[in-house]
Amino acid sequence: MSNSSQLKLFSRLALAAAAGLVFAHHAVAADKTLTVYTYESFITEWGPGAKVAEAFEKTCECKVNYVGVADGVELLTRLKLEGEASKADIVLGLDTNLVAEAKATGFFARHGIEATGLTVPGNFSDDTFLPYDYGHFAVVYDTETLKTPPKSLKELVEGDASQKIVIEDPRTSTPGLGLLLWVKAVYGDEAGAAWAKLKDRVLTVTPGWSEAYGLFTKGEAPMVLSYTTSPAYHMVAENSERYQAAAFSEGHYIQIEVAGMTRNAGEPELAKQFLAFMTGPDFQSIIPTTNWMMPVAATKEPLPDAFNRLVKPENTFLLPSEEVAKNRKAWIDEWLAAMSKN
Amino acid sequence: MFALRENRMTVVAGAVCLGTFVLFVGLAIVALLSQTGGASDDALFDAYIWRVTRFTLLQATLSTLLSVLFAIPVARSLARRPQFQGRIWLLRLMALPLGLPVLVGALGLIEIWGRQGFLNSGLRWLGLEQPVSIYGLFGILIAHVFFNMPLATRLFLAGLERIPAEYWRSAANLGMPSHALFRFIEWPVLRGLLPGAAGLVFMLCATSFTLVLTLGGGPAASTIEVAIYQALRFDFDPPRAIALSALQIAMTGLLLLLLRHLATEPEEGMTGGRTVRRFDGASSIARLGDGAWITLAFLFLVAPLLAVAFSGLEADLLKLARDPAVHRALLTSAAIALASALASVTMAAVMIRAAATVAAPRRATSLARGFAGAIAASTSLILLVPPVVLGAGWFLLLRPLGDVARFAPAIVVAINALMALPFVHRILAPAMATHAARTERLTASLGIRGVHRLRWIDVPALRKPLLMALSFAMALSLGDLGAVALFGSQDMVTLPWLLYSRMGSYRTADAAGLALFLGLLCLIFTILGTAENDRRREGRKA
Repeated sequence: MSNSSQLKLFSRLALAAAAGLVFAHHAVAADKTLTVYTYESFITEWGPGAKVAEAFEKTCECKVNYVGVADGVELLTRLKLEGEASKADIVLGLDTNLVAEAKATGFFARHGIEATGLTVPGNFSDDTFLPYDYGHFAVVYDTETLKTPPKSLKELVEGDASQKIVIEDPRTSTPGLGLLLWVKAVYGDEAGAAWAKLKDRVLTVTPGWSEAYGLFTKGEAPMVLSYTTSPAYHMVAENSERYQAAAFSEGHYIQIEVAGMTRNAGEPELAKQFLAFMTGPDFQSIIPTTNWMMPVAATKEPLPDAFNRLVKPENTFLLPSEEVAKNRKAWIDEWLAAMSKN
Repeated sequence: MFALRENRMTVVAGAVCLGTFVLFVGLAIVALLSQTGGASDDALFDAYIWRVTRFTLLQATLSTLLSVLFAIPVARSLARRPQFQGRIWLLRLMALPLGLPVLVGALGLIEIWGRQGFLNSGLRWLGLEQPVSIYGLFGILIAHVFFNMPLATRLFLAGLERIPAEYWRSAANLGMPSHALFRFIEWPVLRGLLPGAAGLVFMLCATSFTLVLTLGGGPAASTIEVAIYQALRFDFDPPRAIALSALQIAMTGLLLLLLRHLATEPEEGMTGGRTVRRFDGASSIARLGDGAWITLAFLFLVAPLLAVAFSGLEADLLKLARDPAVHRALLTSAAIALASALASVTMAAVMIRAAATVAAPRRATSLARGFAGAIAASTSLILLVPPVVLGAGWFLLLRPLGDVARFAPAIVVAINALMALPFVHRILAPAMATHAARTERLTASLGIRGVHRLRWIDVPALRKPLLMALSFAMALSLGDLGAVALFGSQDMVTLPWLLYSRMGSYRTADAAGLALFLGLLCLIFTILGTAENDRRREGRKA
């Protein structure tokens, strides 16, 4: 082997790689294209994206083009970065907590769709954003290590501190913010004191859902903050009953996922058509077993049996989006103060 | 005459590199600053930021101390034992932690150190009830040492291996005992490398984010990087994000300046370049000590890596290996890693040479010293500029040109190349200084210049550090998620991106399988990067 052959190999590989990157970008040509901005897991091969596009393309003689970013919060950041130049016709994947902020950007147009027949707990309705699925936040526990899960938020807060829970950080993640609002909705002005008590039970606070759920499935803690629908995945896809959600007597905080059309939509009619399609049975039937969330309207066939065995909260909490936007910083500060005490 | 012209060209090339670098960062920051931010009327330096700053300093200082203190004896032991079974593999594995996405590394560490981990299971089996808790400052330190001790070890080891053979021969003739060898031969070399290595580790720990939150046990353990992320993400307040980055840079910059006082000008000993042979460390105590350090480092490093590999083996690897999405991600990741590593190494080599040319003591003016200083500072401090800030800035700049996603590969490669510069610089700079001291005058007097010198003198002699720099830069870029995240489009899915996406939709087994692939790819790069075996064989033939 000559002295510099390895270096040569490197440079050749790099040239080939650069060429590959250039050719990987082919243009998509179609006469009418609907551009949908969404979060990334919506368009993975097992997500709802491909099926939704196929079903909608049958009805519209158009092409659906997805742009995926990390998550709902990132969607809004992306829109703010792009400003008026954004190519998005539809933005799908914000949640109710982001609605007020999204409206304040002025990028969105009213959908003008009569949203009757939608079954969303918490009475959410909005002139700009339409819901397409929802899930309740819940404490998911491991039945093998936790025989008596807490039956209420109060029991979680005041229970045995040696039974740990992993939660997400409200500064960096939506489930984290969800738990913060849940505690606020139940405890009101006492929320700070409740957090100070819960603190001893918290094993750690992760930046996002993936880290928390990863620690939980590795067995590091018997509980994690997730969704009432999480057990459905394990039951349907893995045929396992091991992980279950705990029903809390006070009720559960809800996360409703919504979509809206932009003011500068290149294809406003098509965008409106998509929003109407979104609440119809074709779209709704795809959601449960691909996005692992609850549908907001009738599906073509009954949901898989596992969904009937999920926790169905009797009481739903949902703080108005404007109130969340106004108080988020103060509430996070309250959380920080309570959680940082020694 | 010719030499002068060549020097001028070297300096111009270095200045162009530095200029591009400064422009790339500067433009991004200007673009972000001109963006009207969120509702930010709160003071920048409130109690929260002070607390976060204090914690950042505390954990980064402790992490650095531990990493370096662990690395020194390990590097020394490895240098003293150049030929044991599996040595090359230990060195290769040392490049691996950097190439793993932090979350993967963290989960591996938890399998060993966690509540249900290997260690605690063992302790419980022995009848000890109280488990060792990884959640808290202890866990952060363990994780940072896991990620950074190997890096520091490789940097120190490279320095120790550059010590001329003549030194060891003379020391043996003088019958110098082990502690004297350390004091007079090894320590001066280590001390010269210490500020660079410690500074690098400090910066990596100060900007740590996922590890600090995941293992920290609560928000009392937060770094400035968390606040930057928060400012840019939930609050969309670019000016605040930049102000916080500036705080981070100022703070760490001061620390690096302090560290530089530790450094002494390394003395480059002349050598005939014969194969280094060490005569020390033959006593059984020395053997035992070296063996213990090497075993300890091996276990500490390899156990979590093995845990990652075992989790990966439980996945349906065949299905993953046939998945076209995985193929695309593998190719994309490899292409980005190769391109950014080559860019980074080229840039670093040009800038180091330019800095050395202008700062050669006889004709160094204050302007020249400033130029050399700017190169040293910029190649270090870049690590403190969050990639998300650069990405967002360039997103804004490219927006008027139409579809930003088209530029994503170029921007991601550029950001990764810049982020690898501090590593590459620390590997190449000392090696190039030694090389220059040993060959400069001779090549000049023989009139070997330009491409000829590069081909016949520089590249052959510097092959080892060049390859090591390439492999580190590639590993680094392979594990990176930050730069890709913002541009993320269907056309450019890297392996870590795919891994996180599977993990985010309950597919933990798939994610573990992908982590194994990522680790293997990284290992392949490091095998290409450690060419020692080949050379040894060649040496024997000759």
